[in-house]
Amino acid sequence: MTKPIFAVVALVLAALPLSARADDVKAGQDLALDRAKGNCLACHTLKGGDVPSTVGRELVNMKRRFPNRADLVEILTDEPMRNPIAPMPPFGRNRILTRAEIEQIIDFLYTL
Amino acid sequence: MVIEMPTQSDGENRMIKANKRTRFSVAVSVVCALMLLASVPVKAADATNPEADRKAFQAFFFAKFPKVAKDDFANGPYAVNEGMRKQWKEIMEFPPYDPALDEGHTEWDKPFANGKTYADCFDNKGEGIRQTYPRFIAATGQVETLEGAINRCRVENGEKPLNWMTGMMASLTAVMAESSRGKPFDITIPDDPRALAAYERGKEFFYARKGQLGMSCASCHVSPAGERMRGDILAPALGILAAMPIYRSDWGSMGTTIRRISSCSAQTRSLPLEDNGEDYRDLEYFLSYMSNGIAIAGPGTRP
Ligand code: HEC
Ligand code: HEC
Repeated sequence: MTKPIFAVVALVLAALPLSARADDVKAGQDLALDRAKGNCLACHTLKGGDVPSTVGRELVNMKRRFPNRADLVEILTDEPMRNPIAPMPPFGRNRILTRAEIEQIIDFLYTL
Repeated sequence: MVIEMPTQSDGENRMIKANKRTRFSVAVSVVCALMLLASVPVKAADATNPEADRKAFQAFFFAKFPKVAKDDFANGPYAVNEGMRKQWKEIMEFPPYDPALDEGHTEWDKPFANGKTYADCFDNKGEGIRQTYPRFIAATGQVETLEGAINRCRVENGEKPLNWMTGMMASLTAVMAESSRGKPFDITIPDDPRALAAYERGKEFFYARKGQLGMSCASCHVSPAGERMRGDILAPALGILAAMPIYRSDWGSMGTTIRRISSCSAQTRSLPLEDNGEDYRDLEYFLSYMSNGIAIAGPGTRP
């Protein structure tokens, strides 16, 4: 009697992080495209966006180009600190995006 | 995923820190932008030298766009993008600013209630002088824009000032630009510490990161000039005011220099620039001085 219940609980537990991640990817995509939030499309071409922008590079092959997640956190938190003439807004530092939102956007970037 | 819930005071402390850091990074980015433009070793304490600034500024854009002829910089996005240039040729078969020119000429010739006219307020009756604005006025110690001179003319003759952004103001500046086409920008900075200070403030404004987005005018109109930002091609800062005022399809109407710059300023989510306020006038003084030598091409048309 107890065995099937354990199995169900184990299955639910295993599935939880997965579904949370899918939500994060979706939330990240919405944040990236939202003009009042990431508005990444103003400067970068990216899949799912409806216009090409060439101010920054196309956001593709993100996992291969940025294997280290911390680099993306840094870029999204304060790119002008890394490159003082970069037009990219300091999203984290200026509190345009919270740390949690930045993490969601990175989840989305890793699907590109 | 970590959800951050800062307490009130935590948030405030961070805002204060962020402010300090913003100021620091503004300073850093101004210095860096200047170093980059001038390509000289850091000599931050050097005396202001507008002519050296102008040469370095123009050299930057000539090097970035080797195929663009000097006076073509007045044509903004059309100068730096082939596809846009083709569309432009079609639009110009019936220039969309023509109605504004008609309206402007009628208004220009119509006397005020006191019998005086606009022509009475300006050098050379207002003809062929647009390239000399903005001007530093010794009597007030301040910079006066072309729009400022028009409104001063009206007020001194007992008329109400016009809206700074659009409508008749744009029609009148269109008339003044038209009679100045082909004349190179010729902005002077007289030997007066107040004029030099105004120039210096305008330059600082141009390079300072501002607003929630932490962007400067230079962020969009210097290094990414010519690049695509959504549907727009970013105009190079060189010659950027030479075709003002403009008919912009996006607006469906004419706009003055003040309207164009205010809408850019709003894009960066900064505090709105006061219409023709001192910050604004100093900025326009700096930008126009940087374009000395580029011929006036206004009124213009833009997507
Ligand atoms: C106003 C312009 C602008 C906006 C908005 C912007 N970026 Fe950027 N971004 C740039 C530019 C320009 C660079 C390259 C210059 C640099 O910083 O070194 C860049 C660099 C990057 C890089 C690293 C460079 C690379 O090789 O790809 C990443 C990743 C990135 N941006 C992601 C984003 C994301 C995600 C958003 C939205 C949340 C965003 N950017 C919004 C202009 C922008
Ligand atoms: C977020 C990017 C961005 C920033 C920051 C920005 N602009 Fe713009 N600007 C644009 C875009 C996009 C256009 C429309 C396309 C074009 O003509 O460049 C434009 C157009 C202009 C034009 C008209 C150019 C023409 O030939 O029609 C002027 C003048 C101008 N900007 C001045 C400024 C000034 C001054 C500042 C700083 C107060 C500023 N801009 C800040 C994006 C920006």
